Amino acid sequence: MDKITLAHGNGGKLMHELIERLRLKFSSRILDEMADAAELRVAKSRIAFSTDSYVVKPIFFPGGDIGKLAVCGTVNDVSMKGARPLFISLALVLEEGLEIGVLDRIADSVRKAARKAKVQVVTGDIKVVEKGAADGIFINTSGIGVIEGRASIGVRARPGDVILINGPVADHGMAVLNVRENLGFRSSIKSDCDNLNFQVERCLKASKNISVMRDPTRGGLATALNEIAASSNLGIEVNEKDIPVRRSVKHLCDILGFDPLYVANEGKFVCFVKAKDAPGVKKAMGPSARVIGEVTTGHKKEVRLRTSVGSSRILPTLLSTPLPRIC
Amino acid sequence: MKKINLMEVCGTHTMAIARSGLKKLLPKGVELISGPGCPVCVTPQEDIDRAVKIARREDVIMTTFGDMMRVPGASGSLEDAARDGADVRVVFSPMDSLETAEKHPGKKVVFMGVGFETTSPTVAATVIEARKRKLKNYFVIPGFKLLFPALELLAGSEKLKIDGFICPGHVSVITGSVPYREVADRYRVPCVITGFEDADILKGISRLLRQISAGKSEVEIEYRRAVTEKGNPRARRLLDEVFRPADSAWRGLGNIRSSGLRFRKEYSSFDAGKAFKVKVPRASLPKGCLCGDVLQGYRSPKDCKLFTKKCTPENPIGPCMVSSEGACAAVYKYG
Repeated sequence: MDKITLAHGNGGKLMHELIERLRLKFSSRILDEMADAAELRVAKSRIAFSTDSYVVKPIFFPGGDIGKLAVCGTVNDVSMKGARPLFISLALVLEEGLEIGVLDRIADSVRKAARKAKVQVVTGDIKVVEKGAADGIFINTSGIGVIEGRASIGVRARPGDVILINGPVADHGMAVLNVRENLGFRSSIKSDCDNLNFQVERCLKASKNISVMRDPTRGGLATALNEIAASSNLGIEVNEKDIPVRRSVKHLCDILGFDPLYVANEGKFVCFVKAKDAPGVKKAMGPSARVIGEVTTGHKKEVRLRTSVGSSRILPTLLSTPLPRIC
Repeated sequence: MKKINLMEVCGTHTMAIARSGLKKLLPKGVELISGPGCPVCVTPQEDIDRAVKIARREDVIMTTFGDMMRVPGASGSLEDAARDGADVRVVFSPMDSLETAEKHPGKKVVFMGVGFETTSPTVAATVIEARKRKLKNYFVIPGFKLLFPALELLAGSEKLKIDGFICPGHVSVITGSVPYREVADRYRVPCVITGFEDADILKGISRLLRQISAGKSEVEIEYRRAVTEKGNPRARRLLDEVFRPADSAWRGLGNIRSSGLRFRKEYSSFDAGKAFKVKVPRASLPKGCLCGDVLQGYRSPKDCKLFTKKCTPENPIGPCMVSSEGACAAVYKYG
C-alpha cells in the first residue's frame, strides 16, 4: 500500500507500522523507549516531554471540546511517565472562515482546563490555511513535566503485576461518534476527557512499585494492553467481567457493532503495580477503579481475555476500525 | 458417541461465539459450524465489481454500510475507489443515503444494498419515501438475500448432515418463527431462534440438544424478548411493496432459486441496475480461497492454505475475512 489511509491513524496495526517506519529514521535511546512521554535528563533534573495533535470532529462534543482535549491529552501523556506536568505549548492551525466566537470558546476552554490541571500555557503559534486545507481548527500541544523522586515508570511490566483501571471504558469514543455521525441516539453518554495528573500523583504516593502507567486512547484498552505485553515480553490476562463499561455505552456499542475494549478513552489510565500495593493504588485511583487482571510469564506478548462465560480467548490488537478521527 | 453438528446461520452469532470462547466449553462431540448468514460474505464478486464501476463515475455518490468498503473486487474495493477520488460514503442507516440524495440534487446517489430480511425492509422504506418526495436521483443496487431458500438448501444437504439450526434472532424479528416450520418438518432439523448474548446462545444450544436427544424437530423461540410467531408484518409489507423474490447468486453457494430480491415494475426507476448499464466480467473465487466451502460449512477457516498467511483482515483475499462477521475473521481474531 503506497498511500496513507485513515486506518494509518486509528491506533491499530497499520498505525504502529507507520510509527515504526518513522522511528527507525530518528532512532535514539530516548525515542526507542516509545513511552507516552520522553524522559530527558537536563542538568540534574529528569524532565518528561510529550507532544500531540488534536483533530477531533466535531470540535464540540458532550463532555468537552477540542481545547479541553488538547490540554488533557498532553497533560496525561506527560503524567503517564510519572511526571508532574508544568508547562504546555499551544499551536493552532485555523481554517479560513472559522468564526472568531468559536475560537474564543475553545481558547476559554483551554484556559479552564489548564487551570484545573495546574499547568501554564507558556508559548504558542497560530497558522491560518485556506478553506478546505483544514477542518475548522487543528491544535498541537506539547507538554513538559518534572519527574520527582526516584519514580521510574516505563514500558516494562513485571510478572505478577496487578492491572488496575480508574473507571469505565469507551465513553469518549462513543460520545464523539454519536454526535459526529448524527446517529440521533438521545443519550447521556459524555466523553471522559479529563486531566489525570492528580490521580497519578496520588498513585505514586501510594506505591513505589508501579511499573507501567498508560492512558488507553486511540485503539482502546485492548490495544494499550497489547503494547505493554509486547514491550514487557510478558503475557497479560484480564477478566471481561471486571472491566467496567457503562450500560448505555455498552448498548450503543452493541447497536453499532463496536467492541468497547477498542474504543478511545481520554480520561482513563491503567496502572501496573506489585500485588501487595494494589489495594492502596486502587484507593488512590478513585471510587470507580477496578482490578482487571494481571501479568503472567505464560503466552508472552499476548493478551488473553477470560470471558464472562468462563472461557478464554486472545484479545488482539486493533486491526482496523470503522472509527476515524476520534481524538 | 455420535457427533452432533449445529449450524449458527448468522454472522452475528459466529462473532458472538468466537468472542465469548464458547466453543471451548462445549461437550465433546458437539460441533458448531458457521453458516452463510453474513451478507458481506455471500455477496458475489460481480455485485462488488458493478458497485465499484458505478462508484467511479463522476456523477455518482456511492453510499453503503461500512463492512462493504473493503470487499475486494476484480478492480479493487470501494475503499480503493474512494482513495482514487470516487465519492464513497459510509452510512449507518439507509435513510442517510436518502438525505444525501436530497442534499445533492445534481448527483446520482446510489445505495449498495446487501443484507437479509433484517435490513432490506429499511431500504424498501427509503425507496417508498424517495417516491413520496419525488426524488429522481436515488438508486439502489438490490443485492439482498432471503434466508429460507438457503436454509432449506443446507438442511437438505447430504454432505453437511446438520442436526440443528441456531436460527438468527434479528432476521426472525421480521420473519417470525412460522417460516422455519417448513425446515423443521420437511427436513427433520430442529430450529431454535436465538438471541445474541452469551446466555442466549448457551440456552439455544441446550434446547437444540434436548430436541435432538428426544428425536424431535420443532421450532422454538429462545429470543422471546424480540421475536414472535408472526414477526413484523408491516416490515414485510414494505418489502413486498417494493421488491419481488428472484433467483440470486450467492458467493460460495451458487445460484439459489427465489433467494434474492428484484425491484417490482412500479419501482424499477430506482433500480441502479437499470439506471447504470454497467457490464462486468464473470468472476471466480481467488485461487486457493476456500470461502465457498467455508460458507457452506464443509470446511473451517483453518483448512485454507491462504488463512493467516496471504489472507488477513488488512489484506483480505476472500469475503469471509473481509467482513467483521465473517467466519475467517472470527477465527483470525479470537482463535
